[in-house]
Amino acid sequence: MIPMMVLISIICFLITELQPGDFVSQYLDNPRISPAQIELLKKNLGLDDPGYIRYLNWVKGIVTRGDFGYSFAFQRPVGELIWERMGWTIFIALGAIVFQWLLAVPMGIYSALHPYSFGDYTLTVIGFIGLSIPDFFMALMLMYLMLQMGATSIGGLFSPQFVGAPFSLAKLLDLLSHLWMPLIVVGMSGLAGLMRVMRGNMLDVVSSPYITSLRAHGLDEKTVRKHAIKNALNPMVSIAGTELPNVFSGTIITAIVLNLPTMGPFFYNALLNHDQYLVMTFLMFIAFITQIGNLLADIALAVLDPRIRMS
Amino acid sequence: MEGTRKRIIRNFFKHKLGVLGLIMLGVIYFIVIFSDFIAPYNYMTSHRNFVYAAPSKIRFFDDEGKWRGPFIYPITRTRNPVTYRLEFTEDRSEIIPIKLFVRGEEYKFWGIFKTDLHLFGVEASTDRAMILLFGADRFGRDLFSRVLIGGKVSMSVGLIGTFISVFIGAIVGSLSGFYGGMTDVLIQRLIELLRSFPRIPLWLALATILPPNWPSTWVYFGIVTVLSLIGWMGVARVVRGMVLSLREKEFVLAAKVSGVSNMKIITRHLVPNTISYLIVVSTLSIPGMILGESALSFLGLGIKEPMTSWGLLLKQAQSLSELESHPWLMIPGIFIILAVLSFNFVGDALRDAVDPYRAVEKV
Repeated sequence: MIPMMVLISIICFLITELQPGDFVSQYLDNPRISPAQIELLKKNLGLDDPGYIRYLNWVKGIVTRGDFGYSFAFQRPVGELIWERMGWTIFIALGAIVFQWLLAVPMGIYSALHPYSFGDYTLTVIGFIGLSIPDFFMALMLMYLMLQMGATSIGGLFSPQFVGAPFSLAKLLDLLSHLWMPLIVVGMSGLAGLMRVMRGNMLDVVSSPYITSLRAHGLDEKTVRKHAIKNALNPMVSIAGTELPNVFSGTIITAIVLNLPTMGPFFYNALLNHDQYLVMTFLMFIAFITQIGNLLADIALAVLDPRIRMS
Repeated sequence: MEGTRKRIIRNFFKHKLGVLGLIMLGVIYFIVIFSDFIAPYNYMTSHRNFVYAAPSKIRFFDDEGKWRGPFIYPITRTRNPVTYRLEFTEDRSEIIPIKLFVRGEEYKFWGIFKTDLHLFGVEASTDRAMILLFGADRFGRDLFSRVLIGGKVSMSVGLIGTFISVFIGAIVGSLSGFYGGMTDVLIQRLIELLRSFPRIPLWLALATILPPNWPSTWVYFGIVTVLSLIGWMGVARVVRGMVLSLREKEFVLAAKVSGVSNMKIITRHLVPNTISYLIVVSTLSIPGMILGESALSFLGLGIKEPMTSWGLLLKQAQSLSELESHPWLMIPGIFIILAVLSFNFVGDALRDAVDPYRAVEKV
């Protein structure tokens, strides 16, 4: 995993390096800033060093001091900035995953137990529609609907009067009234895929011989169903591992539209500003989560399924 | 082989949603191909009297309740003396009929023939009356015409991008599977590396690499490249697996013994055997590309003016005040949904038809 992370960091660096211009170039056509000042700024920010030196310095900082570099735009350490926004990002991502699973798993089970029925088709079509709506458009539509219904505070996570307020029950309620929108928008896109996998698993399990033998032993339908569901859920665990990074990055666009205090809008602005270390660290971080997710999924699968542990 | 093909086609047509999707795609592509002609106005011409005009009300009966065929009233723009908002009022004294095959603004059909013939429209100067099915944007450009023309970009990005990414995936995957050994290990590591980035951040980051001073056609191809660079890894993985089992088959051995070159074995014998998988995977990955393009354009990192796409059209609807006062700016989104939905239906039906045992899950 460590050689992988080294390669990943090189790719992150190359991507940011390939961007035309750098942080200073936005000042180039500003008449208030003289060329000498730009040169000085470049020197202070270390932008006049050749690329490989900047890369090596960056890696050195990470390895020796746990320092991910300095944000040009915010004039603060990158690690700190990302850490501040991490809480809400993970909160929303996890919330969306819970929402997704709570809906997708029962929907998949229902579809598999009543295959090719009216309900099955309806759920499938709903899932497909969710899959086909661009997340930003869904956010726009929900915002429009809320406007039509007379809502005043749309977007963000809190109404203006609660932004700086200490924690209270009213604030919690206010949060909940804002939270459902991002959760639905982010959760909806993965719903169909998840539901179809669950349906497929369940169909496989239900038609397998051991379910027939359970029935032959005279177990009641409820118990049989319990066994079937348990076995159908096993392969879903490997999906759960890859789910987190996907949902995590799925929040980016939604957060930009809904103006959420997460890493999405932050990353987007950093990209536009050429805030190099911020972009690199964010990309690194997301790749790291992906790696961890895969690892966790493998472990969880082995814990749950004795057959995999044996082989 | 003929038997399999017939079976696949028969199975596909049993899938109702798939057939529905196919029909919808046919209609959408037909409209997009003839979009220059169907659009009543040139998509780039601004009309200052129709800035943010709402969709025209098409009427069939005049004030006396008499049937007059489809027609519109000319509108006049006045500023409300109290609120200072621009308001449009219908001038009911004159009836402007909507006709087929009218002469209007000039355009180049398929970029070649210069003509001014439009499928439908009104014979009136654009100062007084316009037929605006979807309303107009902030430059008074007809949104309906823009949606049709924008479809060219949105509906082609997916096709070209998928073609490139499946092509790369098939070649890399078969090289990896056919040669094995060190080549295989290196390619597999590379794929693993590239797959450790989720799509969206990587798309955003790569899209910012395109220089801002590029003309819009270059940007178009740049975006296609960015989209296709990220999709090929999954294809390569599956093709590799298929080639691994195919290369032990007798017909490959026979080709080797008769001295056929390796490259020829790959292109003539191995890749054609994976073709049904490649077709399914292509149809399934087009929706992702369309969504990717629209998201990038929506964020201002994708297609640039004067070109337009459905995502770019939606960019205008981004702020709450725009949404509230000009809700028709959201119409392009419906087209994205329809197109993506149709591709999903067709892809799903194709997968069921080609691969009833579901060997191909998500890529």
